[in-house]
Amino acid sequence: MDYTIVIGLEVHVQLTTESKMFSSSGTKFGLPPNTQTDPVSLGLPGTLPVMNRKAFELALKTAVALRAEISTFTKWDRKNYYYPDLPKNYQISQYDLPFSRGGRLENPARRDGGGGSGDVRLIRVHLEEDTGKLIHASGGDSEVDLNRAGIPLLEIVTEPDLRSPADAKACLEELRLTLRYLGVSDCEMQEGSLRCDANINLHIPKDGKKYATPIVEIKNLNSFRSVERALAYEADRQYRKWLDDGLTIDQAHKETRGWDEDLGITKPQRTKETAADYRYFPEPDLVPVVVDEAWIARIKQSVGELPGERRRRFETEYGLSAYDANVLVEQGQDVADYFDEAAKKTGEYKLASNWVQQDVLRVVKERKLEIATFPVGPAALADLINRIKRGELNTNQGREVLAKMIDSGESAEAVIEAGGYRMVSDVATIQAAVEAAIAANPKAIEDLKGGKKKPDAVRGFLRGQVMKATGGKADPAKVGEVLEAKLSEILAS
Amino acid sequence: MDPTRSTASGLLGLLGSKAIGAEEVARAYLDRARKFDRLNVFVHIDPENVLAQAREVDRKRAANEPLGPLAGVPVAIKDLLCVNGEPTTCGSRMLRGFKPPYDATAIAKLKAADAILFGKTNMDEFAMGSSTENSVYGPTLNPWDETRIPGGSSGGSAAAVAADLAPLSLGSDTGGSIRQPASLCGVVGLKPTYGRVSRYGLIAFASSLDQIGPFAHNVADAALLLQVVSGRDANDSTSVDLPVPNYLETLEKPFDRPLRIGVVREFLGEGLDPEVEASIRAAINVFKEQGALIEEVGLPRSKYGVPAYYIVAPAECSSNLARYDGTIYGHRAADFSPVSPEEAEIPPLIRMMMASRAEGFGAEVKRRIMLGTFALSAGYADQYYNQALRVRRLIRDDFDQAFQKVDVVLGPTSPTPAFKLGERVADPLAMYLSDIFTITANLAGIPGISVPCGLTRSGLPIGLQLLAPAFAEETLLRAARLYERASDWGDRRPELL
Repeated sequence: MDYTIVIGLEVHVQLTTESKMFSSSGTKFGLPPNTQTDPVSLGLPGTLPVMNRKAFELALKTAVALRAEISTFTKWDRKNYYYPDLPKNYQISQYDLPFSRGGRLENPARRDGGGGSGDVRLIRVHLEEDTGKLIHASGGDSEVDLNRAGIPLLEIVTEPDLRSPADAKACLEELRLTLRYLGVSDCEMQEGSLRCDANINLHIPKDGKKYATPIVEIKNLNSFRSVERALAYEADRQYRKWLDDGLTIDQAHKETRGWDEDLGITKPQRTKETAADYRYFPEPDLVPVVVDEAWIARIKQSVGELPGERRRRFETEYGLSAYDANVLVEQGQDVADYFDEAAKKTGEYKLASNWVQQDVLRVVKERKLEIATFPVGPAALADLINRIKRGELNTNQGREVLAKMIDSGESAEAVIEAGGYRMVSDVATIQAAVEAAIAANPKAIEDLKGGKKKPDAVRGFLRGQVMKATGGKADPAKVGEVLEAKLSEILAS
Repeated sequence: MDPTRSTASGLLGLLGSKAIGAEEVARAYLDRARKFDRLNVFVHIDPENVLAQAREVDRKRAANEPLGPLAGVPVAIKDLLCVNGEPTTCGSRMLRGFKPPYDATAIAKLKAADAILFGKTNMDEFAMGSSTENSVYGPTLNPWDETRIPGGSSGGSAAAVAADLAPLSLGSDTGGSIRQPASLCGVVGLKPTYGRVSRYGLIAFASSLDQIGPFAHNVADAALLLQVVSGRDANDSTSVDLPVPNYLETLEKPFDRPLRIGVVREFLGEGLDPEVEASIRAAINVFKEQGALIEEVGLPRSKYGVPAYYIVAPAECSSNLARYDGTIYGHRAADFSPVSPEEAEIPPLIRMMMASRAEGFGAEVKRRIMLGTFALSAGYADQYYNQALRVRRLIRDDFDQAFQKVDVVLGPTSPTPAFKLGERVADPLAMYLSDIFTITANLAGIPGISVPCGLTRSGLPIGLQLLAPAFAEETLLRAARLYERASDWGDRRPELL
């Protein structure tokens, strides 16, 4: 099973606009069928499209963020094919002069694997109108819902740069993250505002030669998980098929297969004998769009910090590891914003990173909360961290205080007052506790003297006894210092 | 006094002086439409609606409310302009019963001008044809000779004005569909510059060529109607944001310097009916007498106009008409069961589309859809469609060069007067050549006008065509008016009994 998986993605993303790509009809999701329509989006005779400038600007913003080359002159084309969800039986799209070409998407290593094998190059990004939807009604009838027809749709096509199903999923996640940072799309796969088809084949080395299997396009991918699962299934299927029939890319047509989520397999869809002939030609009802430098400059200014830039800033400005920076960024803008604010407010960046990752996010996950509505805001967390830093609390006390803050929604100050959480730093008190612990555990001292047990384990045990005796409130650093001094005395005697 | 023998300007005078009311005018036209029903000019007319519109104008006038520039004037509408709630069928079985839920921009402008929307006129199906014979409603008859065609595709709108069934009408011109029937019916017909009039609500034949324009008895009336429907429209991206001049204000103004007219060499050659040629030559002399400077100009690439047009227009139509598949609206075949074992393999949905289109479209529409589909197909697009686009640019270059020397170019509108019903039905090529002199203006996007310039010995109208640079409608109208003032061909009307 020594082969290379080659994957390219074709992603369709609905842009978030009030009105459709070429008409004033609304774009709300989840409304009764055919209520988000108007004469233009129904394709009624005599109607004409008018370009939604806002949608075009969102598309430009996306392409700029993806480091694509923006065309100064772009036009619209008609893609002709018959299908009942396409009211005009042609789709207004872009053919030979898309508004952008090239571009790249970062694909950093992720916690759950995937990514980390370099940027994914993009072939192009173009803008088009979405189609409607067929609803298969009872009795075998099909019903047409055109609420979706005409919604601005961005098509993003990657080069076949992805080398594993996990990589493909990571790439999609990074794309979604980026588009959400840009605020151009909801990217909800369940609602269809992000859709993905995947092309995959294998390069199999054998006897010094490389065999490429026929390319398969997988459709009907309804979640990020299904993208990964379907690709894994398909890689395995292609390998077994190649072992069986040995067919290579030159000997078979590209095949379209649909992913069956329940059965966990891909199934053949229609096989194209020849490539579909869409009879593209320039859309005569629209005028070309000229994008000048000033426009591009204005768009560039509207692009804020992107996930990649934020990761690098967390590393350079806050001194976080690449791993930590990624964990804080890959979970969405709200998480990174939360950390960013907490970090700025404390100046203790690594401490803030640890608290957010280990404490805040754990509770968010356990209790299925949203970070944006987490009861302890970043400023409150920063306040808690600062108290620990100043020596008012030790880490364990801090955790307890945080837990109470989360439950009660109260400030650290209030929780500390009410619960008597003050760290004991008084040397005399600690000294007494240390002496009591040593007196109560002669065997430990013997072990230490006799070298029977590891000295660190013994010291740890004694430190625990001291903390216990002080109700967990003692300053751990001071406990260490006093204990060490006392033990040195004993061992030297 | 019979108001129907008036002109639009004449009617406006009568209405303005309260010599007659809009309702009285409307009734007179309704009576006349009934009387000459045999001409088959109207495919839909709603007398109650017409009278209601007229009464509203009378009420406004009585109440001294502001009135639009066409207050009380009936305007007949080609059956491809959408009128909210009124049947709009493009002369096709496919759209029988279709009532758009919105007004075309030109219609909205007519309503705002207080015009009386007076019935929908017959046309070649989806504006494809030059004789109005390709209509599901049967042909319209030429009011000058009822054994002959009125031209097309806007034959109903041309005949409506010619037969005094309406003083004004709107048509559309994709390859000559206003100018050619105007010529054959002895009325004035104007195709504006592409982008001058909004196409919103005009059911498309070929989007890059279609343009709405007026029919009238004289140049001034045509100017009046053009004025009302022109202008930039946010609903049509191809409408151009240029101010609309006041055409009537400048119409009678003499030219500061002699008008320079280019006689198109290629338009006075082979295939031209001798009587048509004689009338054109006589018209040239009229212009000379009026002080115009005449010179010959060449449009050497115009000979490629017809072939280029019959690639571009069908290509666009094959896409524009794809929406008529029986799914959302339009004709749906009742029976689409497979007629052969091969068809049984086809999904029922596709069979439904196929059967609906087979039943809903006529032969000429199908011919053009097939031509266009072929011309855009992979492997052929470069040879046909893209080549035609190149030719189109060359034709535009020809005009640009000509217009560096002259203000307008002149030629016949149609190579022959009105031909007999059925004469060219079986010969599509002969039919296509009816538009040989008009097609180039559409390919170049420039405005053109046809004005009456003679009658044949057998009494058939002949039309003179003038073409001007893009957005030079003002010059075009003034030039046409210069001729009209010095001739009386426009005053002739057919004797209808």
